[in-house]
Amino acid sequence: MCLAIPGRIVSLVPDEPHLGVVEVTGVRRRVDLGLLIEDMPKIGDWVLIHVGFAMSKISEQDAAEQMQLLTMLGEGEAAMDEVRGYGLEETAELRSVRGSPGTKKDRPLYQ
Amino acid sequence: MRYVDEFRDPELITKAAEEIRRLAEPERHYRIMEVCGGHTHAIYRFGLKDILPDNIELIHGPGCPVCVLPMGRIDDGLDIARKNDVIFAAFGDMMRVPGAHGSPFEHKARGTDVRIVYSPADALQIARRNPDRHVIFFAIGFETTAPSTALTLMRAKREDIHNFSVFCNHVTIVPAIRAILDSPDMRLDGFIGPGHVSTVIGCRPYEWIARAEGKPVVTSGFEPLDLLQSIVMLLRQLRAGEAKVENQYKRVVPWEGNRAALKAMAEVFELRPHFEWRGLGFISQSALRIRKEYAEWDSEQRFDVLETRVADPKAAQCGEVLKGVLKPAQCKLFGKECTPEHPIGALMVSSEGSCAAYYNYEYRKTASLVTEISSVA
Repeated sequence: MCLAIPGRIVSLVPDEPHLGVVEVTGVRRRVDLGLLIEDMPKIGDWVLIHVGFAMSKISEQDAAEQMQLLTMLGEGEAAMDEVRGYGLEETAELRSVRGSPGTKKDRPLYQ
Repeated sequence: MRYVDEFRDPELITKAAEEIRRLAEPERHYRIMEVCGGHTHAIYRFGLKDILPDNIELIHGPGCPVCVLPMGRIDDGLDIARKNDVIFAAFGDMMRVPGAHGSPFEHKARGTDVRIVYSPADALQIARRNPDRHVIFFAIGFETTAPSTALTLMRAKREDIHNFSVFCNHVTIVPAIRAILDSPDMRLDGFIGPGHVSTVIGCRPYEWIARAEGKPVVTSGFEPLDLLQSIVMLLRQLRAGEAKVENQYKRVVPWEGNRAALKAMAEVFELRPHFEWRGLGFISQSALRIRKEYAEWDSEQRFDVLETRVADPKAAQCGEVLKGVLKPAQCKLFGKECTPEHPIGALMVSSEGSCAAYYNYEYRKTASLVTEISSVA
């Protein structure tokens, strides 16, 4: 839970503007980008991820050093387990099944 | 210096260590608190104590959210899950943490639907997948995780997902620092400020520590070089008789924090009048609860809560260790009744707790040395 995991944004999710796909040493998962709304990351940017949410943008070098640090702390495996465990892959599909109001989609979450 | 070969920039490490020796006045004893559990873990893992001169003592602070969570909260959350047949979702760190009536894993073995999630967003996803079941997310953490819980609640509200609620145990770090400074048996010279909490709250919230308490604060990264540089910065201030907030971890921590994260927290949470911290007791305005605008998504407002209070065993001296009055090994239970496998006190329950970190990196080493020596003899 307290791990800060570095990842690179490899794609954004079309219909889900708050989600991005990050790659962490070869594993790709969706994370929430909503906490970076004031400075949204672009494809290719590196971010630090906490509990499935990108929390800050970092440089590529800082990302490499953070990964090395996790390994040195003996937390490398736990970090990868965490990334593999993120489960946001079918958000849109689930929402359409539930029939949640799509009209609200364009409204920002908060002003 | 056990692990120095694998450090990055060994020359810089050596330089920082020399600078620390130069700055530390030999007749003075320095007590510096690292607030964050991640720092505690790194300090033990990298054996920084072996690098520092003897008159610099690192005191391990309250920044391990699993450690400071009172047992009664675990009992209350699991009680709601059991009585109402709901899905109990929590981070893996929580699963082995004992309440008075067992850990989440033990409750799972007895039939409660307990699930590990790695993100509050995943707990909401379980609610999306199981529209006929209610999902409780058992939220813990400091300001590093609280914004993610807040954003998840905002998404639940916007998507009209009503089978989801949060049992909120989020705490805030600054009041805990204040409680420690107010404690009469405490003497500290400065603080290594938290790294990732500060990415959210920035550096301003620490300014009163410098201004009103006259103690320097340096927010720090987690690498050995970061921690040593932070100690250099603290010693420079102490030597010059200054007390200000400095940011060693500029590459990640913006001075003003993360505005979007702070906004999300302000939208969803408000301060509780008081909250109990394991080892420290009740601290006023030290934790977050869910605002009434989000009452429907607040497990405590939706369900009956037992409000269990469980006293720590009298023999456990977690409070004294937390305040740096005792070293982990000076507690009567340390390494005997209380071990990482069978934690009795708060600081043994997570690898970021100072007792568990001390046990894993110092005590085991000493114990195996003793075995070696006795086998030679």
